Amino acid sequence: MTVAIVDYGSGNLHSAAKAFERAARSMEEPQKVMVTRDPDAVFRADRIVLPGVGAFADCRRGLDAVDGMLEAMTEAVRVKARPFFGICVGMQLMATRGKEHVTTDGFNWIAGDVEKISPREENLKIPHMGWNTLDMLREHPVLERLPLGPKGLHAYFVHSFHLNASNDADVLARADYGGPVTAMVGKDTAIGTQFHPEKSQRFGLALISNFLKWKP
Amino acid sequence: MFKVRVIPCLDVKDGRVVKGVNFVDLRDAGDPVEAAIAYDAAGADELCFLDITATHENRGTMLDVVRRTAEACFMPVTVGGGVRTIDDIKTLLRSGADKVSINSAAVSNREFVKQAAEKFGEQCIVVAIDAKRVKRGGGSDRWEIFTHGGRNSTGIDAIEYAQEVVSLGAGEILLTSMDRDGTRQGFDLPLTQAIADSVPVPVIASGGVGNLDHLVDGIREGHATAVLAASIFHFGEFTIRQAKEHMIRAGLPMRLDP
Repeated sequence: MTVAIVDYGSGNLHSAAKAFERAARSMEEPQKVMVTRDPDAVFRADRIVLPGVGAFADCRRGLDAVDGMLEAMTEAVRVKARPFFGICVGMQLMATRGKEHVTTDGFNWIAGDVEKISPREENLKIPHMGWNTLDMLREHPVLERLPLGPKGLHAYFVHSFHLNASNDADVLARADYGGPVTAMVGKDTAIGTQFHPEKSQRFGLALISNFLKWKP
Repeated sequence: MFKVRVIPCLDVKDGRVVKGVNFVDLRDAGDPVEAAIAYDAAGADELCFLDITATHENRGTMLDVVRRTAEACFMPVTVGGGVRTIDDIKTLLRSGADKVSINSAAVSNREFVKQAAEKFGEQCIVVAIDAKRVKRGGGSDRWEIFTHGGRNSTGIDAIEYAQEVVSLGAGEILLTSMDRDGTRQGFDLPLTQAIADSVPVPVIASGGVGNLDHLVDGIREGHATAVLAASIFHFGEFTIRQAKEHMIRAGLPMRLDP
């Protein structure tokens, strides 16, 4: 089994790779984690991870600069039904459009736009930076055996924009930050988290392990 | 529910923790990576490395520290100290830092903050502000920016400066009171509140923590989003857990994940 972490110049690549390697080491079935900018390797991989930090349009540009990468990812996920994990802006790219500074097309895997969060309380700062609990909207294999809710485990967030999904059915979990913030989306064989599992200590590693075990 | 962050800060010189860390049995109390692993296990919400290495040649050792930390700790790490160029930021982020903090390079060249935020995103650009109360003849006191560990005055108003760097793209402010740093008398609360109330981004209060009430005060009265401390944790006076439990008793929302 191989897990391809897509390298298109995103800053959090190293952390993401290390977290997936750590989680993969504890699996019964060995999984090889590779960081790659080769579309063929991504297309052949059993699982695909798309990290991302920074601005939506920059990430989209970075991805488009790798010839054939988006096509390889799309075909692997949509046709071969490979499990896909988008992290932070990697998750936001799954939306129809991003509206950070400029309007930019996403992959349109999850209907909805990426919009600025606007907490009701004025004293809540933007970016939403720090640890928050998650409210599960829909059960999903990657959330199995993870205690969520107000007394549950925390995830680490750093973002000012979130994916405002058109269909509630695509949202797996939300966080509350002066209003609902989309924390996790899932549709078919693709999932995405706004938070950083690679920075969310034991909770993050457990979530990654669940993703590596997931056989949709 | 969103939680308040407690951030231990490690001063690192030539790849070694200054004065060491003594709160837990470490094989090597001077190894920043061992200290980071211990803080990760103790439930710190973030970790801050401040590189105080004097020479450019030894800066590479910090990258190695960051790289090894990212291999072992799955928590957010901010690295500051000597961050002067876009390349400095790139190599730190590529090594596994999540955020970098810019101090004097932002004072001497504000455009650097803008370039950094545009290139890497506002979420990973922290501007570290060292401020000191200055007596003004006739008028009221104000806080000014100081560089070089509080030795060099710049004459720049701290509040105006904070607003300016945020407008240029700083995603967070790490605010240190040079009057309080090392005194154990608590944060400069009027300073912290003045800055926190005048910028829309999170402010980390730093400088002067001597007991656990000070941490509560920084959030309650200083309006900070997070608190940073060094010596009360490094020398085993209090654990991260004790700090958080104390803050919970004071009514603050804290994360106590197993």
